[in-house]
Amino acid sequence: MRPVATTRSASGMPTGRLAIWWVISSEIVIFGGLLGAYIMHRLAHDAWSEQAAHTNTWIGAFNTLVLLTSSLTAVLGHKAADEGNGAKAAKMLYCTMAGGATFAVIKAIEWTIEIQAGYTITSNTFWSFYYTAAGLHALHVIAGVVIMGIVAAAAKKNQELHRVELIGLYWHFVDVVWIFLFPLLYIAK
Amino acid sequence: MIEPYVAALSTYAKDIDDVIMLITLLVGFWFLLAQGALLGFCWVYRKRDGQKAQYITGEEKSQMRWVSIPLVLIVCCDIYIALADGPVWAKVKEDLPPAERKVRVIAQQWAWTFVDAGPDGQLDTADDITTMTDLHVEVGKLYHFELQSLDVIHGFSVPVFRLKQDIIPGRTIIGWFEATGTGTYDIQCTEICGIGHGLMPGRIIIETAEQHASWLAEHSELSVASNTLPQAAQE
Amino acid sequence: MAESIPATHEESHGDSHGGHHEESWVIKYLWSTDHKIIAMQYLFTGMFMALIGGFFAYTFRMQLAFPGESIPGWGMLTPPDYNALVTNHGTIMIFWVAMPVLIAAFGNFLIPLMIGCDDMVFPKLNRLSFQIFFLSTVVLLASFLVPGGAFGGAWTAYPPLSAQSAYSLTPWGAPLWVLAVALEFVAFLMGGINFVTTTMNSRAPGMKMHDIPMIIWMIVIASIIFMLSVGPLVAGAVMLLFDQLLGTGFYDPARGGDPVLWQHLFWFFGHPEVYVVLLPAMGIVVEIITTFSRKKFFAYKATLYTTFAAGIISFTVWAHHQFIAGIDPRMAHIFTVTTLLISVPIALITFCSIATLYGGSIRFTTPMLWALAFIFEFLLGGVTGIYLGAAGSDIYFHDSYFVLAHFHYTFFPIGIIATFAAVTYWFPKMFGRHLNETLGKIHFWGTVIPFNVIFIPLFVLGLAGQHRRIYAYTLFPDLAKAEFQDLRVLATVALLVLLVFQVVFLYNFFVSCFKGRKAEDNPFEANSLEWTAASPPPHGNWPELPTVYRGPYEYSVPGREKDYWPQNEPS
Repeated sequence: MRPVATTRSASGMPTGRLAIWWVISSEIVIFGGLLGAYIMHRLAHDAWSEQAAHTNTWIGAFNTLVLLTSSLTAVLGHKAADEGNGAKAAKMLYCTMAGGATFAVIKAIEWTIEIQAGYTITSNTFWSFYYTAAGLHALHVIAGVVIMGIVAAAAKKNQELHRVELIGLYWHFVDVVWIFLFPLLYIAK
Repeated sequence: MIEPYVAALSTYAKDIDDVIMLITLLVGFWFLLAQGALLGFCWVYRKRDGQKAQYITGEEKSQMRWVSIPLVLIVCCDIYIALADGPVWAKVKEDLPPAERKVRVIAQQWAWTFVDAGPDGQLDTADDITTMTDLHVEVGKLYHFELQSLDVIHGFSVPVFRLKQDIIPGRTIIGWFEATGTGTYDIQCTEICGIGHGLMPGRIIIETAEQHASWLAEHSELSVASNTLPQAAQE
Repeated sequence: MAESIPATHEESHGDSHGGHHEESWVIKYLWSTDHKIIAMQYLFTGMFMALIGGFFAYTFRMQLAFPGESIPGWGMLTPPDYNALVTNHGTIMIFWVAMPVLIAAFGNFLIPLMIGCDDMVFPKLNRLSFQIFFLSTVVLLASFLVPGGAFGGAWTAYPPLSAQSAYSLTPWGAPLWVLAVALEFVAFLMGGINFVTTTMNSRAPGMKMHDIPMIIWMIVIASIIFMLSVGPLVAGAVMLLFDQLLGTGFYDPARGGDPVLWQHLFWFFGHPEVYVVLLPAMGIVVEIITTFSRKKFFAYKATLYTTFAAGIISFTVWAHHQFIAGIDPRMAHIFTVTTLLISVPIALITFCSIATLYGGSIRFTTPMLWALAFIFEFLLGGVTGIYLGAAGSDIYFHDSYFVLAHFHYTFFPIGIIATFAAVTYWFPKMFGRHLNETLGKIHFWGTVIPFNVIFIPLFVLGLAGQHRRIYAYTLFPDLAKAEFQDLRVLATVALLVLLVFQVVFLYNFFVSCFKGRKAEDNPFEANSLEWTAASPPPHGNWPELPTVYRGPYEYSVPGREKDYWPQNEPS
């Protein structure tokens, strides 16, 4: 028996969507704190641009493209879910998951190259920020893919279709974080 | 308020004490008024036979005034405190009057090292005098101090001067003081700096011109001798 | 009402509770998703941690009063012990007592009951929140057992001391401390999301914005402040953990890092955190003084909106903790102004509470005494804050015992006095029985009087320039004077008295739980919805969920025979 509390909607917004927005706002301040700290340091240390020159902008750009595409399929999934087409929504979510997984694999390859070239998390505070910020973001990507798998499995059976929208919101947020990380870590040289 | 416990021995100590006294008077008034209202209401409106509580929403303007007028006055008090406080802060921390003497304060886990510029008044010269724990200064002279830390954050505090400044590793923080009286007093580390935080006392010895001159004379020869030895100049 | 919206991540597989009643003890009390049980879990964990925090206070106060003597129950106290005890006393009392009890325990217990629904909107997230909180408790306590001992770099954990074990000499204790605090934050983020969404979405039909009791508003605003301020510190904690464990240099100036960065991240959270615990305490006081003075709360709307304002201003004051910590001195003027400004909303809430008493018919029950004591003591804590907010006088008072006495005059009323107010007020609802009033009053006076005797001397020592976190003052001739040592002994003796009187409370609490006088549903004739449920409320709270017709503070309405008017009574 589901508590009545979970079924009410006094604010007019479904509880799940409301909660996701609160999750996202508390996540924004986490990344905000980290990136704010990075920007302050970066402004104080001109020498870091030398280090930043060793990041691979092309890999970063390709990953941006992958994430943006995966957000598009998340939107299409949401649309399908709104139309009540669970099977299509699940299919779209699988595409998004594939995008997330591609992102993570490319990230792993990129880091392997960099670590082999001697740029580790301890070699310079720029690299510390680089690995910490991108790593925290990558954890969000991986978590998103896992949760999306659970949502998609249910959506396939036409269950809990509203969750397709919720995971989509979260995925857009993860995407937007990367939109901030990419110029800050790769393009600014 | 402070002087019964700690002497005021710098040119800005009195200013800080005055701000503290001003705040005491202003907030003391509001504190007593609020406590008076609280205790008074408790006594007058205690439950008694036949007394029924009144229905007051507090939403009407005439009622809100009892709260809003005091609040406006509190804002005035706040502004007054800020205006009185700003110049004092600026005098101690923002202004830097020209130095007559220089001293470097080096903090580490868990000891103080003081480097007096010596007779030539310049730091990092052969006649610098390095002391541990004891800081010798001359009364009536304007000192610049340079704060440095070798490891963690420490705090340089001289209560008789009303002076306090954290010492951040990797930075040199410059400030000033001018003593107005002599004597020997505590120097404290006011930022927790590890297990020996309570075990790093320092002393400031404020001397008259003659005392200080003789201390200088006595130590500068020694230190010139030791500083001119190779390597010893560092540390 | 959009009854058809399937609202949560959690419920689809969650039919395990509610339907049947032959649950095992473990399912019922340890694995429950019932908000009341989770509230009890938080309450008892918080009480247990309060005993530990109190014991720590006992050990280091004994050391300060009788330096170098063996302390009964601990033995010889070394400087590393001293630092670890002081650090963890602060950490525990704020993060493991004030937050879990005021926000989590009372938030969980009161929100569904006071807004008229049967549970939180995410019951399983709620359970997970407590489990993570419990894990964080275990991690923190475990840090006392590892090689090198518990972390001793103060609850503010300033790097580089906290970042490198070569400096802190606690290679295990420091990372475990950071980990425990981080886990605790995660637990409260989950709880906060639950509190906010529940209040926003699950109110009883008819309950409009201005019909929500003040305590619920306060918990919600506090949760929002927490969610929006803790993020940077979470990021900072990750960086600190990397510095400790991987050897990065985020806070190491020699490698391009900046130790002051941590201070900004910490206090950006740390100062709003004061309001995170203060607001629920003030909400508790509002509920109690309206009930026991039979009065409508004075200026509900003005108070509500100023509370929001206080929440917003609280994000702009953090650097007043860092006036002398090496920030640009010109910034101090700005933060002095914002800090003095935040005194205004807090003064308004306090004044409205006092004004509520005007024209009342005041009953001095035990919860009412606690609530009045909160206002009385918090006033002193509030006004002494002005000395520290004004940058010029803060030069002298920074990191002195004046600061220590100041924030104990705020945190003790918040974490202890308001908590006792709430526990004694809602005890009949929680356990269905009454506490003993005589014992309650003995405990009240035995706590409040010694509290003042502890901290007034510490104010005096602060004026005398005594600096904080010092193992023994014997090495400081100006502070080692006999008259100052007498004050230290006085404070310690008063602490011992205070601690002894807590036995009265524990006795009263546990005996009354089982043998107290049976409580009726609404023993204090209060208006808010929780009093319309049975004492204690069953699973689901009400057989039929209530509907709301008016605000919670309609006491002594003219023309009515009864001097109270429950929220759910049709006009």
